[in-house]
Order: sequence, then structure tokens, then C-alpha cells
Amino acid sequence: MIIAPDLISKLDKTARQLRIDVLKALANAGSGHTGGSLSAIEIITALYFNKMRHNPQNPQWEERDMFVLSKGHGAPAWYAALARCGYFPVEELQNLRKIDSRLQGHPYSRTTPGVEVSSGSLGQGLSIANGLALSHRLDGKTGKIYVLMGDGEMQEGQIWEAAMSAGHYKLDNICAIIDNNGLQIDGAVCNIMNVEPLDEKWRAFGWQVFKVNGHNFAELIQALNAASSVKGKPSLIIAQTVKGKGVSFMENKVQYHGMAPTSQELERALAELEGIN
Amino acid sequence: MSTETIKEIVLPTRQESLREAYGEILAEIGQEDSRIVVLDADLSCSTKTATFAKKFPQRFFNMGVAEQDMVGTAAGLAIGGKIPFASTFAIFQTGRAWEQIRQAICYPKTNVKLVASHAGITVGEDGASHHCIEDLALMRVLPGMTVIVPADANETRGAIKAAVKYKGPVYIRLARDKFPVIYEKNHLFTIGKGDRLVEGGDAAIIATGLMVSAALEAAYALLKQGIEISVVNISTIKPLDKELIISLAAECGAIVSAEEHSYIGGLGSAVAEVLSEERPTPLIRIGMPDRYAFSGKPQQLLEYFGLTAANLEKAVKQVIKKKKL
Repeated sequence: MIIAPDLISKLDKTARQLRIDVLKALANAGSGHTGGSLSAIEIITALYFNKMRHNPQNPQWEERDMFVLSKGHGAPAWYAALARCGYFPVEELQNLRKIDSRLQGHPYSRTTPGVEVSSGSLGQGLSIANGLALSHRLDGKTGKIYVLMGDGEMQEGQIWEAAMSAGHYKLDNICAIIDNNGLQIDGAVCNIMNVEPLDEKWRAFGWQVFKVNGHNFAELIQALNAASSVKGKPSLIIAQTVKGKGVSFMENKVQYHGMAPTSQELERALAELEGIN
Repeated sequence: MSTETIKEIVLPTRQESLREAYGEILAEIGQEDSRIVVLDADLSCSTKTATFAKKFPQRFFNMGVAEQDMVGTAAGLAIGGKIPFASTFAIFQTGRAWEQIRQAICYPKTNVKLVASHAGITVGEDGASHHCIEDLALMRVLPGMTVIVPADANETRGAIKAAVKYKGPVYIRLARDKFPVIYEKNHLFTIGKGDRLVEGGDAAIIATGLMVSAALEAAYALLKQGIEISVVNISTIKPLDKELIISLAAECGAIVSAEEHSYIGGLGSAVAEVLSEERPTPLIRIGMPDRYAFSGKPQQLLEYFGLTAANLEKAVKQVIKKKKL
């Protein structure tokens, strides 16, 4: 299937806007996870602005697809997408991590419109997504459950428990995505605790595996569409990404995992992003 | 206190399994409420969720030996609108999956019911790896968690029904062994309400779980010696029936707490917290000492660690002396 060029350019524009929103919110918060928010932007954009069926005016719509951010530290990217979709005002992104804010440091279902599953402690999102998928199956609901995980998160044992469960229960209403940016807090994933070969591991657990460039909308959307038609087993998209993507001096820099941009860095980053036409 | 107001002490005459009662009641209410789903971690024949599984195979999920995944999956089912009951042995449920319980159930207030069997030391022969003397402390500290320890099979039935009606996280502690039957078949359980089984003004035993029947025996023996005590079943450890505990302290002036759990962090600690802040009163906590047990028959272990009517009787006499200091 060919993805229309005007759709791609529209999504590229949205992604750029989300990056700007994320960087502003993080700089304003003075703390947070920049690198892993930026690496996930295209994935989240493809989901919220193209693939997922959802309705910000009616968040509880029965037939909606659901999203779980298992790598909860990517919250700024998710919040920016939710705000731009209309779940809450864009200005509210400036309250990120502030006292009395609805936008907690990590996703919290009881405060943030559009967030249905809380996260922050790594390794737990896929199990919860599986529970949602089983619930949907019992109710005959057609909505799909999307869950975004980090590559460092693959080191959590519970991920593999959940991978086994989804395979065992043949949860074809699950589509998991790995934001495979190669870095974790202490360094390169391959040096800290190697998680590869991810594709072989997930296949061995009974999953249909797709590998894409996680910053390429055509590839992402094709894989998401292909995942929708997989029957009898869950799907995994391994999205090859760059940590800190979109801001030259942040790309592939491990120190931006858990650091917000300073006001000077924000200025430089915005100049780069806003300079793109 | 005059003898007229003392309730007759009725000692239990038969025993019944709590976990079997759990399995039966689950299958019964599962018939009425299709939102009820059940998960187990490869112990369904022991926890008795197999009874439900047999009747409703579509709504039963065996998660294998993976307690953390089970808790997360239960949370997802609850977010999807189901009322999940997740069961395994107490130590694996509350210990192995504690952080999942915190993150996926308590923090977001997910409507999951955790019903653990094989709590305490009456697991017996399996040894200390399988004994669970820490679960009440582990569950009680979690904000938003309701913690229930039924004293018999009929209270178990009532507690399960109450947990279905209550919206939010609940932990219910069951045991391997049969417990003496204290309550009637259709006992109505109210979350957060203690139950005064015996009235007497010399001292009070505040007991939970298996120790409630031991407390009744102790009260019976003491009455024969002219010592009249109150016996209260605190089956909801959290939220605690503070009013009842304060009024007991006021009436009796001396308290013994009794639980088949570490004397740190469970019922005894909860009672101590209330008494020290609201009404300082002599208290002796009977529970497992700060150590692990070992293999043995349940009754042998209970005797070794003093979780017996005889030891409660001794503790009551001691605490009455403290009252006079």
C-alpha cells in the first residue's frame, strides 16, 4: 500500500510541532526525560494522528483503540499528542511536573484526560495491555490495544512473562511497539545488558514481528496496518529510532535520557526545529 | 461488668476450609455477575479457583507461574470493566508482585481483588519459603488498599461478596488449613467493622483470622477462672475499626492482640498505632516473633510459636497486671 505524500508531510509537520511542545514543556518543568520522548515522536504521531480510532470529545467511546505507554518516562511526548488531539488545552503542557498539575511526571490515569493506564515503573505495561486485550475479547470489542515499550525495558523480567502470555492467549488485538533507540540511563543498551536479538526472541514467544525505521511514517503506517490484519497472534513492531531525534546536539547522547533542556538549549533546539520548512 | 451482660461463649464445634468456601462462592457469584473473571498462577487446585475455572472456562485465566504478570493482567482486565479475582499463595502474591500491586492496582485505584491462600505458618510442612508472615504489613502500608482476614469459611463467603460490591483494591487473606466455624452460613460482612463476639471488662483480645477461635477458647478458660474478657474479631485490618478499639480500651483497660502474622506490621501494630495516639493502654502483641519458622505440622508450629489459646490466656493475665501498674 502506498501512503499518500500529503499525509506524510502533514504527519511530519505534526511531529515537528510535538517536538517543539515536548522541549518547551520539559524546559519549563526543569526536569524530565528528553531523549526518549523525542525518539518516540513519530511512533506516537502515527498512532494518534493516523492509525488509532479515538475520539477526544468522547474519550470513553466503546469502539476506541487504546494506548499504553509502558515506557512511562516518555510521558511528555504522549501529553503533547493528547493536547494537540484536544484531550486538554495545549497551554496545560506548561504545567508538566508542577505541583497541582494534571500532568504528572509519569502517566497517571486518575488525573490526565486520555490516559487510561498509569505507568512509570518499567516492565509493567504489556501485562496491563494483555488484560485489556482479554477484556476486549470477552466483550467482543473490536478496539485494538497499542503498547509502547522501551528497549532498555526489555531487561525487565515481567516483559517476558507478558510476552509469553500474549503469545499463549493469541492476543491478536495487541500491537506492541519497541522504541529501539539503543540507549538507557547508564549507557548503550548493548553494553549495559544486551537485549538483542529482539526479533528472534519475540518470534520465539509467538509474535508476528515487523522491523521499521521508527522515524519514517510510510514504514510505520505500513507496519501498523499489517499488524491490524495479523490473526491468531500478537504483533510487535521494532521501531529503529534515534534517542533525542530531531535536535542535532541531543541525538544519540546518553546524557539527555533524564535531563531537560536548559533555556539556552531550548533556544538552540527551537531554532533548529522551527527553521525547518 | 455484671454477669448478665456477658454473652454466652459458644465454642466452635466443627471446622471448614476457607479456600474451599472461596472457590464455591466465586463460582456462585460468577453465575450472577458476568463481570467476574478469575486469574491464578498455576495454583488453582490449591487456591480453589479451579472450581470457578471448571464452571466458567472462558472467564478464567491461568497465567502460569508468573505472579507479576498475573497482577498486571488483572489490572488491565479491571480497567476494561471486569471484576478480576487474582489468586495464588500469599507470599508470592504480596511478596513477589508487591510493586505491581502498588503501581497497577493501588496507585490508580484499580478494581482488582487479590485473594491469597496459604497465608501464615499453618502452611506447615512446606517450610518458611512458603509461610507468609509479612503480607498484612506489605498490604496495609499501601494507600487505598482494603485488607481483610476472614476468621472462618462463612466470613470468607461474606467478605468475597462484600469485595464484589466495593469498588477498589481489596486484599483477602486465606489459609491452607480448615478453621473452626464461628459464623452462620449467611453471615453478612461489612468492610471496616469489627465484631465483638464476647463481652467482658477485665481485658480484651483483639484477634484476626485463625486466632479468633483461639481467643474464644482463651476467653472460655478465663471465664471459668473468674476473669471476664472481651473478644473482638477484627477481620478488616484496613480500614481499621478505630472506634471499636478505642471503646474497648476505655472499657477494658488492657488489650492483647493476636494474629498468625509477624508481630511487626500487622494487626498488633495497627492496634498499637491507634492506642498510642488515641488512648494509651497496656498492650501485648501475640504474633510470630521476628524470625522465620520451619517445616512441621501446622499445630506443632502454632504451639512452638505460642499462637495458641493457652498462650493468649497467659498474655491476658500478664496484661491485666500491667493495667495495675
